Amino acid sequence: MVQGPGQTMGDPAARPSRGIVAAAGYLPYRRLDRATITGVAGGGGGNGWRTVASYDEDATTMAVEASRLALREVPGLVPATVRFATVAPPYLDRTNATAIHAALRLPPTSAAYDDLGSVRSAMGALRAAVGEDGASLVVAADLRSGLAGSPDESVFGDGAAALVLDDGSRSPVLAALESWASLTEEFVDRWRVPGDARSRVWEERFGELRYLPLGGGALAAALDGAGLSADDVDHLVVAGTHGRAVRSVAAKSGVDPGRVVDDLSSSVGNTGAAHPFLLLASVLERAAPDEVVVLLVLADGAEAVVLRTTAALAARSPGRPVSDQLAAGAPVPYGTYLAWRGVLAVEPPRRPEPARTSSSAAARSTDFKFGFVGSQDEAGGIHLPPSPLDLLSHPMAEATGTVTTFTVDRLSYSPSPPTVFAVVDFEGGGRLPVELTDVDAEKVAIGDRVEMTFRKLFTADGIHNYFWKARPVREGGR
Amino acid sequence: MASHGVRDKVAIVGMGCTRFGEHFDRGLDDLLLEATDAALSSAGVARGDVDAFWLGTAQSGMSGLLLSRPLHLVGKPVTRVENFCASGAESFRQAAYAVASGAYDLAMAVGAEKLKDSGYQGANAAPVPTDGTNRTLTAAAMYSMIVPAYAARYGLAVGQVKEVCARIAAKNHHNGARNPRAQFRREMTVEQLMAMPKVAGELSVFDCAGVGDGAAAALVVRAEDAHRYTDHPVYVKALSFVAGNGDGLSDPGYDYTTFPEIVQCADDAYAQAGITDPRHQLAMAEVHDCFTPTELVLMEDLRFCERGTAWKEVLAGTFELEGDLPVNPDGGLKSFGHPVGASGLRMMFEAWLQLRGEAPEERRIRTLTDRGLALTHNLGGYPGEMVSFISVLGRSPG
Repeated sequence: MVQGPGQTMGDPAARPSRGIVAAAGYLPYRRLDRATITGVAGGGGGNGWRTVASYDEDATTMAVEASRLALREVPGLVPATVRFATVAPPYLDRTNATAIHAALRLPPTSAAYDDLGSVRSAMGALRAAVGEDGASLVVAADLRSGLAGSPDESVFGDGAAALVLDDGSRSPVLAALESWASLTEEFVDRWRVPGDARSRVWEERFGELRYLPLGGGALAAALDGAGLSADDVDHLVVAGTHGRAVRSVAAKSGVDPGRVVDDLSSSVGNTGAAHPFLLLASVLERAAPDEVVVLLVLADGAEAVVLRTTAALAARSPGRPVSDQLAAGAPVPYGTYLAWRGVLAVEPPRRPEPARTSSSAAARSTDFKFGFVGSQDEAGGIHLPPSPLDLLSHPMAEATGTVTTFTVDRLSYSPSPPTVFAVVDFEGGGRLPVELTDVDAEKVAIGDRVEMTFRKLFTADGIHNYFWKARPVREGGR
Repeated sequence: MASHGVRDKVAIVGMGCTRFGEHFDRGLDDLLLEATDAALSSAGVARGDVDAFWLGTAQSGMSGLLLSRPLHLVGKPVTRVENFCASGAESFRQAAYAVASGAYDLAMAVGAEKLKDSGYQGANAAPVPTDGTNRTLTAAAMYSMIVPAYAARYGLAVGQVKEVCARIAAKNHHNGARNPRAQFRREMTVEQLMAMPKVAGELSVFDCAGVGDGAAAALVVRAEDAHRYTDHPVYVKALSFVAGNGDGLSDPGYDYTTFPEIVQCADDAYAQAGITDPRHQLAMAEVHDCFTPTELVLMEDLRFCERGTAWKEVLAGTFELEGDLPVNPDGGLKSFGHPVGASGLRMMFEAWLQLRGEAPEERRIRTLTDRGLALTHNLGGYPGEMVSFISVLGRSPG
């Protein structure tokens, strides 16, 4: 095995220091208590909780949510590229990142690309973004599961995280990239054939022994490239496809165990491609200025990235920290979780299933359907959907609203009945009768405050019908 | 520009209505033939005597051929019309205006719907290709949003409004039990109704209109010709129609305790008919009780009582068969059933029976001693986005 040299990122004399200007994680609202698995599945389970994407979430919608949170931190910044990594792409053949691009209302000149299929692809996307000019949004999201009762089902989690990279000219760099080392190696440790519901793994010790030198080597090379040693590391983030290898590499890294970042395994689970970014976003919420953060990812090789936080970090107040989202979740029963993932077939409402979305009709209403943009008339009245009589458009995705009246529909078609639905009046004007999500039907009341979230309403004929729903504003999650 | 109406210019000279219900053994053609034959025989005319036809149906088929084929009409103008659940009323408007204009002498309005062939409970609209952002909620759920809104506006507990809704259902079941054409003929107590499981908001299945098959038909002529067909014609006093623009869905000013389209429609109808005190001038009303809270709100929108008082009036029995103003003496959509396109004409059929003294004794209204007007109200759509039709019919001209 050949150790790759650490690559020093950016020449201060030649170009401004490139780094992370915004970062955010997104955790779905629902949590599965691993202890509830065993009684049903006869095995599996364990301690702690894992995050569970709602039935109306997929990798794309969670990526939108993480991206919105990250971009909220850098108002006015328009990424020149969007790179989306996931091992659970809602579509193949066509790009998934275009829906993210549309939901973020980016201009056509911003390019959107997918990096699909492997956990490592997230690091590839990040590395590509490092080498770009202009602002780059790199977002990774995953739904991770396995068969009922499997270890994967328990240790995995669902979530997303977004990083915005830029040169500091538009918004201050929070963590500058100092070096990057990459090692690549072909061996079959974890694999999944397209279409399979579960991943398979080789005998555990084999992968651990392959990853130990890869992780150690990449870390040493990256630190060397930055002129640092293990003692200089303030926060070591280790993520990867092999849980035991992640722990071993961290233990043997030479970094003080107290500086190894909690991998969120007991509260979130391993979120696959999203996990490196999620942990990094989480660290940047609590790191101090002028600290060394190392991201080490073990996936079909090893990637080690050295970052140094800047003084700008001190003034930062992330809109919705991962720590707040951790505290804001609510339990989901194991049976519901299985139904949401399609593992357990449950009786649908006896209503016709919805027809597929018309591609041409959807293309005509991209601003509303994906961007949640309404219109404004001359008297200031706001219309959702936009009125063809209005000349002004009126973005509404960030607006909060109030429930004016509501219902729980136990008859209509829904991928997860019942449908909770409310008439929402927005602060600053506008009304939309709209579905609620991440909500307990019994707890809805007139006067509840809600915010908008990008979701998948249903899938018909393989076409995912993306649109917005409202969810309660949870102060703890803000 | 104004809405002048056709007061006393048009008369109904014949009507027919099938039993409403689950006609699994009868097709749309059978229902159309039964309703139209009954209307023709009540006026003493043959199919070939009718100059023009309008057929209202929401989703049972397309075009005038839906009627001309089963009736084997030769060389006649036949038009299918659609206006949501007010399609039957729409067919009547077209026929009435056609004879009033002098274009035809004898016109027939038909309303029909075959709902029970879909294999699903409830009514399901045919899908139109969309961008996918439209709601897919049931009508029951859309109307159920009235309940918490009405409770909040008037300081009532949701449970109180639910009980008022149960009273409305019990009344309509009581009336429908006395109607051999009704889909549901079983009386229900308020206690039984309150105990039913919720399907949409606070509503149970028993707060919803019956879903069934059926057809109804009316023959109209110019008023001066009416006595050539019958000794007891029913005169058209007002026909009003308002299509909303969906503002309630985007305007935070709309509070889900009223239907502005119906308020406007009622103003027009009462002006056409010269009605100033509907509560005491009308002998009866057939209203579109698609869901029990709909009927609650309609009592206020149609000005049968002051705003915010309908719940008290319902509890006081004002709109019961023996009450001050009987509403839905035939059982309404709730109990008679709601074959969508047929309902608007079914309401007129009850006015036809009552005004002519032909309603069965056990559900005959007692208000005709000093009043001679009946109102029918037919709507389509949902709170915030609906169409509204109102007719006022009278047993004598002038």
